[in-house]
Amino acid sequence: MTANYPALIVIIPLAVAVITPVLGRISIVLAQLSAAAALLVAFISSLGALQHALAEGSWHYYFGGWAPPWGIEYVIDPLSGGLATLVSFIGLLVLIYAVPHLATKPARENTYFYTLYLLCVAGLLGMVVTGDVFNLYVFLEISSLAAYALIAFGGSRATVAGYRYLLIGTAAACLYLLGIGYLYALTGSLNMADLAELLPAVDAPTALVIATVLIVIGLGIKMALFPLHGWLPDAYSSAPAPVTGFIAAVMAKVSAYAIYRICFFVLKDTGTAIIALNMVGWMAAAGIIFGSIMAIAQNDLWRMLAYSSVAQMCYIALGVALGNTYGIYGALLHILNHAVTKGCLFLIAGSIAWKTGIRDITQFAKMCRKMPWTMAVFVVAALSMIGLPPTAGFFSKMYLVMGSVEAGAWGYVAVLVASSLLTAIYFFRVIEYAYLHQPAQGEAVKLEQENSVMARRWELPASMLMPIILLGIGVLTLGVLSEKIIADVIQFALPWGMP
Amino acid sequence: MLTTATGYVNYWLISILMLVGFYGIIATENLLKKLMALNVISVAIIIFYLNLGQKAGSNVPVLFGEELGTVAAYANPLPHTLMLTAIVVGVATTGVGLALLYRIYNRYGTLEETDVLKEMRSDS
Amino acid sequence: MTTEFFLANRPLWAVLISLVAAIVILANDRRHNIREAATLLAAVGKFAIILSMMPAVLAGQIIETTPLTLAPGIALHLRADACGLVFALLSSFLWIATSVYNIGYMRALKYGHETGYYACFAVALSSAIGIALSANLLTLFIFYEILTLATYPLVFHARTKEAIDGGHKYLVYTLAAGQLLLVAIIWTMIVAPGAGFTAGGFLAGKAPVAVLQVLFVLFVLGFGVKAAVMPLHDWLPTAMVAPTPVSALLHAVAVVKAGAFGFVRVAGFVFGPALIKDIGMGPLLAWLASITIIVASLRALSEDGLKRRLAYSTVGQLSYVVLGTAIASPLAFLGAIFHIVAHAFMKITLFFCAGAIYATTHKENVSEMKGIGRQMPLTMAAFTIGSIAIVGTPFWVGFVSKWNLGFGALQAGQPVFIAILVLSALLTTGYFFPIVYTAYFGSSEKELSYHEAKPSLLYPLLITAAVSFILGISPNFGLNFYDLAIQAVNSVFAASSGLSGGGL
Repeated sequence: MTANYPALIVIIPLAVAVITPVLGRISIVLAQLSAAAALLVAFISSLGALQHALAEGSWHYYFGGWAPPWGIEYVIDPLSGGLATLVSFIGLLVLIYAVPHLATKPARENTYFYTLYLLCVAGLLGMVVTGDVFNLYVFLEISSLAAYALIAFGGSRATVAGYRYLLIGTAAACLYLLGIGYLYALTGSLNMADLAELLPAVDAPTALVIATVLIVIGLGIKMALFPLHGWLPDAYSSAPAPVTGFIAAVMAKVSAYAIYRICFFVLKDTGTAIIALNMVGWMAAAGIIFGSIMAIAQNDLWRMLAYSSVAQMCYIALGVALGNTYGIYGALLHILNHAVTKGCLFLIAGSIAWKTGIRDITQFAKMCRKMPWTMAVFVVAALSMIGLPPTAGFFSKMYLVMGSVEAGAWGYVAVLVASSLLTAIYFFRVIEYAYLHQPAQGEAVKLEQENSVMARRWELPASMLMPIILLGIGVLTLGVLSEKIIADVIQFALPWGMP
Repeated sequence: MLTTATGYVNYWLISILMLVGFYGIIATENLLKKLMALNVISVAIIIFYLNLGQKAGSNVPVLFGEELGTVAAYANPLPHTLMLTAIVVGVATTGVGLALLYRIYNRYGTLEETDVLKEMRSDS
Repeated sequence: MTTEFFLANRPLWAVLISLVAAIVILANDRRHNIREAATLLAAVGKFAIILSMMPAVLAGQIIETTPLTLAPGIALHLRADACGLVFALLSSFLWIATSVYNIGYMRALKYGHETGYYACFAVALSSAIGIALSANLLTLFIFYEILTLATYPLVFHARTKEAIDGGHKYLVYTLAAGQLLLVAIIWTMIVAPGAGFTAGGFLAGKAPVAVLQVLFVLFVLGFGVKAAVMPLHDWLPTAMVAPTPVSALLHAVAVVKAGAFGFVRVAGFVFGPALIKDIGMGPLLAWLASITIIVASLRALSEDGLKRRLAYSTVGQLSYVVLGTAIASPLAFLGAIFHIVAHAFMKITLFFCAGAIYATTHKENVSEMKGIGRQMPLTMAAFTIGSIAIVGTPFWVGFVSKWNLGFGALQAGQPVFIAILVLSALLTTGYFFPIVYTAYFGSSEKELSYHEAKPSLLYPLLITAAVSFILGISPNFGLNFYDLAIQAVNSVFAASSGLSGGGL
C-alpha cells in the first residue's frame, strides 16, 4: 500500500465518489462515513508521500508502469506533497463541518452532495500530484464541474452564480487547453519534466509567448486573479457554507499552484515566463488594492470575505511574480496560511448564518455573546488576514515584503503596506459590530431571553465548532512554526533545485 | 508572407471559429446560447488538436497487413486520443450546464440574462 | 538540569508568565477573586523573575534565550542586557502597584467586562517585557504589534461613543506606524542579514547614506507614534478615555515608553551614535523633539481635564527621551535612559492621584478640584511630590535625568537644547502648580464632604510617590536603575563615555 501512495491520494476519493450514490441509498450515515474515510485515506497517503519525498527526494510514480513521456506520471515532491496534504486535510475538516448543515435536507440531496464533494476534492488532489499538463486539464475540469454543481446547492440565486462560473470557468479551461496545445505542437510532449527539457531548444518565441499567455490567463481566471475575478464574489457568497469554505480555502490556491508549477518548472529556462510574471505582478498589485477597497464597501459578511479573497489571492500571485527566494517563500506560505485562515473565516460566516440567519455585518450587535467561541476564533483569523503577529498571516506578508524590498520593487512594498491597513479597516469593522455595538431596544430583551436559554448549551454542534476551533488553532500554530515549515518543506519547493 | 496566409489556412479558420465562440459568450443574451457558444469554442480547440496530428499523405495508425511503414506513413494518434477525453469533458460540461439551466428556467421562467438578473434583484 | 533550564530561560518565563495569567483570567470569567489573584501573582512573579536577573546583568553577564526561529537566520531572541533590564524592571515593578490599584479602581467604578480587561492588561505587560528583552528588531516588532492589539480593547473599555472613537484613532495611528516600522525592519534585515541589536550599532557601512537616511526616517515614524512625537501624538490625549489604571501604566509607562525605548534601541543599538551623526539625522530629530516638548507644554496649559493635561505633559516628557537619543552624546544618552525611569514613577503617581480623585469624587476637571487637597490630603501630597519632581527641581528624580540631558547637550556642543530644557521646566511649572494651588487653597462654594481615597487606591500611589522622592536623592535606590543605565551607555559608547557607576 505504501508503494502506491501517490495513486491512492486520487483514486480512493474518486472511487468512493462513484459508489457514494449507491451507499447513500442504503444509509446516509454510511455515505458520510465512507466519504470521511476516503478523505482520511487521502490525507494519510498525502502525508506518507510527503514524508517519503522529504526523506528521499521527489517521488515519480508511473501509472501502470508506463514511463513518461508515454505514460502518465504522478510527481510527489515537497511542493505537491505538501499541497495535497493541505487539500485533503481541509477537505476532511469541511466534510465534518458540512454534516449538520445538510441534516435538514432530504437524503437524496445529501448523497449527491457527498458525491460531488468527493469528486471536487479528488479533482483538486489530481491537479496537485499530476506531472502531466494534459492530465492537469482533465482534473481541473473534474474539480470545476463538481464545484459548479456544488455551488448550485445554495438555491436559485446560487444556481445562476454557478452557471455564470461554469461559462467563465469552462472558457478558462479552454484557453489553458489551447495553451498546452501550443506546447504540444512545439515539443510533442505533455509531460512537465520532459517539456522543461525540450522547451529551451525550441526556437519559436512567438508561439511560446502565446502559449504562456494563454496558460496564465486560463489558470488566472480559475485563481480569480484580478481583473479576471468577476465570477468569484457571486459564487462565494451564494454557495452553501461548507462549499464556500472549501473552495475559498483551496480551490483557487490549486490553480495558483498550477501557475507557479508551469511558470517555474516547465517554462523556467525559456525566458517567456518572466514576461508573463511581470504582467501578473502588476495585475496582482492592482487587485490587492481593488479587492481591499471593494471589501470595505460590502455590508454582507460573505461578500466582504469574497472580495478579501480576491485581494489575498493577489498576494500569492505577487509573490510568484517577484520570483526571488523570499517572494516565493511568501507566496507558498500564503497558500497555506490563507487556505487555513480564509477557510476558517468562511466556516465562521456559515455558522453565523446557520445559527442566526444573519449575514449583514450591521446586524452583528452582541454576536460576541451569542457565539463567544466562534467570534474569538474570528478575531484570531481576522488578525491573520490583516497580517499582524503572531498569527500566520504576518509571516507570509513579511516574506512578501522581504521579497519586494530585495527586488527593489517599492511599488509592491507600498501596495502591501496599504493593503494591510485597508484590510484592518474592514475586519475591525466587523469586530466592532460584534463586540461593541449595542442592539436596538426590543432586540436586547429578546437577546437576554435567548441567552438565558442558551447558557446551558454549546453555541454550535460539535461537528461545526470543532473544525472552526481547529483551524483557529492552526492559524496561531502556523504562525509560530512558520520558519519550521519553510526549513522543512517550502525551501525544497523552490525551482532552483534542492540543497 | 504568402505562406503565413495560405499555408496556415486551417489554423486561421480555427481561430475564426474560436473567436465566433467567444463573441457568442459575450454578445448573446440567452444563457442557453452562451452554452452553445462555449461548445463552439471547445470544438475549435478540438479541431486544432486534430490538425496537429495530420500529415499529408499519411494513413490511419493501424497496422494493415504485414509491413510496418515509416513514421511518416501514419497520422499521429495521440492528439486524437487526447481529444477523446476533451470531448468527454465537453459533454459533461454541457450536461452540468443544461442541468443548471433547467433549474434556472424552473425558478425564473426565462433564460434571458437581463430578465433573470431582474428577477433575482426583485427577490431580495 | 531543570533548574539550569529554568535559569537559562528566565527572559522567556518573564514574558510568558503574564500570558499564562491571561489564560487563567479568561478561564475564570465569573470567579472574580481567582481572576484578580492571578493578576497579582503574575505581577509579583514577573517582577521576581526579572529582579533575579539583575545581579548577573550588573556583573556584566548577559542572559539570553532563543526559543524559536522566526525566519531563516532570525530567531525569537530574548536577552537581558542592561538597557533592556531598565525598562523590564520598571514595567514589572510598576505593574505590581498598578494591579493593586486596578482592583480598587475597577471595583469602585463598575465598568463591567472586567475579565477581558484584566486579560488584556496581562498580555500588554507580557509584550512590554518582550519589547524590553528583545535582542533583535523582528522580535521587538512582534511584541510591539501585540502590545498595540492588547491595548486597543483597553482604550475602548468604557464602550461609550467617545471611547470607541478613541479606540479607532489609536488603531489608525498605531497600525499605520506599525506597517512603516515593519518596512524599516525588513529593509534593515535585507541590508544587514541576521543582525541583532549590537551596542554601538551595526548598520555603519552596510548601505549608502541615502538609504540609511530613509531608514532612519521610517524608524522615527514607526516608533514616533507610540512615543507621541509631534505631529504623531494626537492619539494619546484621545486615549485618555480609558480607565485610569490604563492611562497610568500603559499610557505613561509601558506603551509610550515602548516607543521611547524603541528610539533608544534604534539610536544606540541599530544605527549607533556615530552613524547618526554621520548621516546627519541627529539634529533633525532633536529639533522635532524640542518642538514637541515646547508645543505639548503649551497645549497642556490650556487643558482643563486633568487626565488630558497629564497626557500632554506625557507627550512633552517623552520627547526628552527622544531628544537624548538624538543628541547622542554619552551623558545625553544616560539622561534619556534614566528619564524613562524617572518619568515613569512621577507620571504614574500623578495618574494614580487623578484616578483616585475621580473614583472618590467623580471629578475630572481641574477647575472642579477646588479645596480637594483639604479633603484628600495624602492623595494631594503625593500629587504635589509628583509635580515638584516632574518640573525638575534639584534633588528630585526629574532633575537627575534633565541634568544629564543638559550636560549631554553641552558635551555634544549643542547648548541650545539647554534653553529648551529650561523653558520647558518653566512651562511645566505653569501647568502643574495651579492644580496644586487650586487643590489646597481654592475655595469651593459648597461644603465638601469627601474623605481620603480607599486603601487599595491610596497605597500604590503613596509608594510610587515615595519612590520618586527617594530616587531623586539616591538614583540607585533598590533596583540599581542608575548603574544599569550607565552600563548601557558604556556599552553603546564602547567605554569611551568616561562614566562610572555607583550613583550619588
